[in-house]
Amino acid sequence: MFEPEVVYDSRRVIPPEEHTRPTTERPWVRRTLIATAVVFMALVLVLPLVLVFFEAFRKGAETYFASFSDRNTQTAIALTLTVAAIAVPLNLVFGVAAAWCVAKYEFWGKSFLTTLIDLPFSVSPVVSGMVYVLLFGAQSVLGPILRSWGVEIIFAVPGIVLATIFVTFPFIARELIPLMQDQGNTDEEAALSLGATGWQVFWRVTLPNIKWGLLYGVLLCNARAMGEFGAVSVVSGHIRGKTTTMPLDIEILYNEYNFAAAFAVASLLALLALVTLVFKTVLEFHYGEELAGTRRH
Amino acid sequence: MDIRVDTVRKEFARYPALNDVSLDIRSGELIALLGPSGSGKTTLLRLIAGLELPTAGRIYFGDEDASSKTVQERNVGFVFQAYALFRNMTVLDNISFGLSVRPRATRPPKAEIRRRALELLDLVQLSGLEKRFPQQLSGGQRQRVALARALAIEPRVLLLDEPFGALDAQVRKELRKWLREIHDRTGHTTVFVTHDQEEALELADRLVVMSQGKIEQVGTPDEVYDRPNAPFVFSFIGESSSIPVTVENHELWVGGRAIGLPAPHDAAGEAVLFFRPHDVELVEDGAALAGVVVATRRVGGTRRVELEVGGNPNRVEIDLPFDHPAGEKTRIAFRPKRWRVFPKG
Repeated sequence: MFEPEVVYDSRRVIPPEEHTRPTTERPWVRRTLIATAVVFMALVLVLPLVLVFFEAFRKGAETYFASFSDRNTQTAIALTLTVAAIAVPLNLVFGVAAAWCVAKYEFWGKSFLTTLIDLPFSVSPVVSGMVYVLLFGAQSVLGPILRSWGVEIIFAVPGIVLATIFVTFPFIARELIPLMQDQGNTDEEAALSLGATGWQVFWRVTLPNIKWGLLYGVLLCNARAMGEFGAVSVVSGHIRGKTTTMPLDIEILYNEYNFAAAFAVASLLALLALVTLVFKTVLEFHYGEELAGTRRH
Repeated sequence: MDIRVDTVRKEFARYPALNDVSLDIRSGELIALLGPSGSGKTTLLRLIAGLELPTAGRIYFGDEDASSKTVQERNVGFVFQAYALFRNMTVLDNISFGLSVRPRATRPPKAEIRRRALELLDLVQLSGLEKRFPQQLSGGQRQRVALARALAIEPRVLLLDEPFGALDAQVRKELRKWLREIHDRTGHTTVFVTHDQEEALELADRLVVMSQGKIEQVGTPDEVYDRPNAPFVFSFIGESSSIPVTVENHELWVGGRAIGLPAPHDAAGEAVLFFRPHDVELVEDGAALAGVVVATRRVGGTRRVELEVGGNPNRVEIDLPFDHPAGEKTRIAFRPKRWRVFPKG
């Protein structure tokens, strides 16, 4: 009778599932970890987001769209857009300038400046708002002087813009500093040695080198500028139809038990967040290696 | 364009990178700044370019004092170590950059800029690649684009920082020959920095050997190789062996024995003898350096042996024909054919 010969073959190819890398966990560990993360994400992130849209449309699409015909809500949306339209471009300029300073030059107090740029991230937004009230409010030194000139800062649009600028300042600078430090000075030196002026170097060499990182920073800055609540809440005074932004409007509507309208406006903000995320992902996908943020955070 | 560096000193945060360096560069010559890292060679190059300003001293371009001129005003072609090509521009735009940023009054028309850029592309043998981006080129090609870009502004002097540093050996050799050809054809005064002595010896009309922020020797490759004027130069350029000796009675002594070499100077005392391992003759009798083989290895077509001379802890290396029968513990006597003695210190 023929019996197949059993030979131990040292050249036997080890199937991939047996060949585990030292950094890989055992299957049950992996599955538990993934499951925990998924459940947590679902509870904390996905569920609330779905709920926002669910509540917004609970009374039908008609009520949903009717919420936006409210005058006060319309002015809140307009104010939010205005504030973002002022704060984001200003922070674009400040952010590029600050990043340029920190990344390309050596000077005394540089690490202090870098820490200072992070301050708005580490301080509570409410405190940021309070600072402006102390600076420009009725009880302050500057407030009455400005008022005598007819300039209102606190409980008015300028205060909201200032608070928003303060809170969103780090986004662009933080995104650009590591990127520009990585790229170094040699491209700029090359352009200078070829006879370019400072402005030509900036527009033709530096800016193209950082454009995707800059766009990324602007997106994050914009999302925060539109969604900022704490600092704005302190300086706004909550005057409906005048100094309420979208987040403040949502709070007022909610406190008035007008849930459908509150969630309708909230859904707009949530939508903005989603659009930002999509843009961000697209940017990361296409220009990953040119974005400092994807490597460092 | 003659360039004169006059007692230039450069300090970075109080740490001197260059110590009162003076150097005359003649018009049209190809000169190499050679030295180990930290010797100040790149600093000197950047000072000539105007990318750094000297702490003290002057730099002249011809008769004109260029010391306080900006890099833009100096009109130099600088090739960076990592090329620093503009990654958002095509090869053609990179080469055209210098002409296109000129003020309107001196800027050539667009068609003329394009024509000149294409001409340079042809000079660096990259015709047909004008639409590529830097990332789509090999290291050697990037180097050529960087050179073409620097040449486009018709510079008064061409400065290259470690031009072949990032390339593999084969490409390096080709580009070396090619750079020499370009230099001979365009006639630019060219200064390049390198730490590779072979590159410097092969390519340059004159070498500037630098160490620790000072110039040790300036001369043609033959002068520097055959007549090094300092211990550093002797050991940095080419292969070298050295052994401590004593100078007495106009002769050199090792371990109490005369070694058959006359002292070049009268001053008696401790000194160091330098010679090339391949520049020795074996001797059968008479005063010589005698030692016992402690190690031997094959180097190319010769055999390099390490000798322990006169119980001296310092070992010297000499080259023997590869079929020489010397094995371990063999006793070998030799005399350097050409050598230098430097006072100890």
